Amino acid sequence: MKKPILKNINADGENFSTILDSISFDKTLKRISHEIIEKKSDSDTLAVIGICTRGETLAKRITENLKSLTQKEIPFGILDITLYRDDVRTSLNQPHLKRTEIYFDINNKKIILVDDVLFTGRTIQAALNALRDLGRAKSIELCVLIDRGHREIPIKADYVGKNIATSKKDSIIVKVKEIDGEDIVILKNER
Amino acid sequence: MSLKRKHLLGLEGVSKEEIFEIFEAAQSMKEILQRPIKKVPTLQGVTIANLFFENSTRTRLSFDLAARRLSADVINFTSSGSSISKGETLKDTARNIEAMKIDAVVVRHHASGVPKFLSEVLKSNIINAGDGAHEHPTQGLLDIFTLKEKFGEIKGLRVCLIGDIAHSRVARSNIEGLKTLGAEISICGPATLLPREIESLGVKIFYNLDEALKNADAINVLRIQQERMESERFPTLREYQHLFGITNERLTKLNKKIIVLHPGPINRDVEISADVADGEHSLILDQVENGVAIRMAVLFLICTNKQN
Repeated sequence: MKKPILKNINADGENFSTILDSISFDKTLKRISHEIIEKKSDSDTLAVIGICTRGETLAKRITENLKSLTQKEIPFGILDITLYRDDVRTSLNQPHLKRTEIYFDINNKKIILVDDVLFTGRTIQAALNALRDLGRAKSIELCVLIDRGHREIPIKADYVGKNIATSKKDSIIVKVKEIDGEDIVILKNER
Repeated sequence: MSLKRKHLLGLEGVSKEEIFEIFEAAQSMKEILQRPIKKVPTLQGVTIANLFFENSTRTRLSFDLAARRLSADVINFTSSGSSISKGETLKDTARNIEAMKIDAVVVRHHASGVPKFLSEVLKSNIINAGDGAHEHPTQGLLDIFTLKEKFGEIKGLRVCLIGDIAHSRVARSNIEGLKTLGAEISICGPATLLPREIESLGVKIFYNLDEALKNADAINVLRIQQERMESERFPTLREYQHLFGITNERLTKLNKKIIVLHPGPINRDVEISADVADGEHSLILDQVENGVAIRMAVLFLICTNKQN
């Protein structure tokens, strides 16, 4: 059964809709995990890498799901793409470096790259460049919680939690329990 | 939070938050240095000029490597063999190099204040790689970063700087940085090598080495800079070594583990004995490794600062 999307309008006339609540959030991650296992029957070389910061949390949860589904250790890593961004010297704010923590050899691994929202595709391009510097993975597949369209480069996700149509000016807010205290995805329409 | 400055001329006036921002970035840079491909594309298209008017091995190579690891282009200038010997002034040399479209200048000079002067006459970002007896900020940062890695916390840490404080820009940068982070700083050396009114910087003074060692968790042993001594400050190197040289024998007597840093180059068996320099107390090679990471962090933060 499809859940109705809840709409709210705040005092500034901004329009908020809940895209995923905590229950559908969790279900979506479980479904993606099952899809990954289904497609990757050989789980021995599987590894999950999340992009800082929200992608990292989602990746950790997907890894836990995969572990309990396969009863195997699945390597997990965190990728910070700041040093690979194509706008590092032109964007408004000084970039804040986070940590890349990949303590396994990515050579010949089937990597599931996880991020929260797929938008222009530039983050993923940077992530692919970063991964290339770490070795030669057997394959890399992209998994995102939300695909909101508006690609600026030819990149496509292999596993998508939810596709939503947005305008370029909208923003998608992903909150996760571990950082924000709740699991929720909100679409904010700019007027 | 970010490093809100166009230049890094010294650690004087650099806030705790800024130092920690550099350390955090350096931590990420260290990870890159462990990789099989030790290079990231971050500063593609940026050109950095290393202007070294004074000899250097570690600092120059370290800055050079740091820039290349970030994919910047590097030009190296050393005063020997340059037009300086034909009488060209510092300002003219610097302006001419800048006219070749460079973005940042790393400068070492035997005169204090040269980086500050260049920051006034050039448009580029200036990073001080050591000026006279003034400051050597990246050395101070890498020393403190190495201590932080070892001890976890700088606040309350008892650090003693030993030896030639008067001629040492490394000492000055260490004192400024350590003071900002709340360390307890002391200095020890012959009275002739301690600057006058150094107490005003808030440091304790020891004239007896064993006393100083007893009251320290870590020591930073400074090089006897014979090239900077205009007159004899102590009778003989042998006497200096006897009174202020760090030896295994002295350290064993302490019955505690003390950490030993040295900014290099070492006068072996003068300020520090060979067995200490190569021994378990020494973090000298960690300092060199961290030096590249710290300089990558500084170049990254300065060259990506949009207010420039």
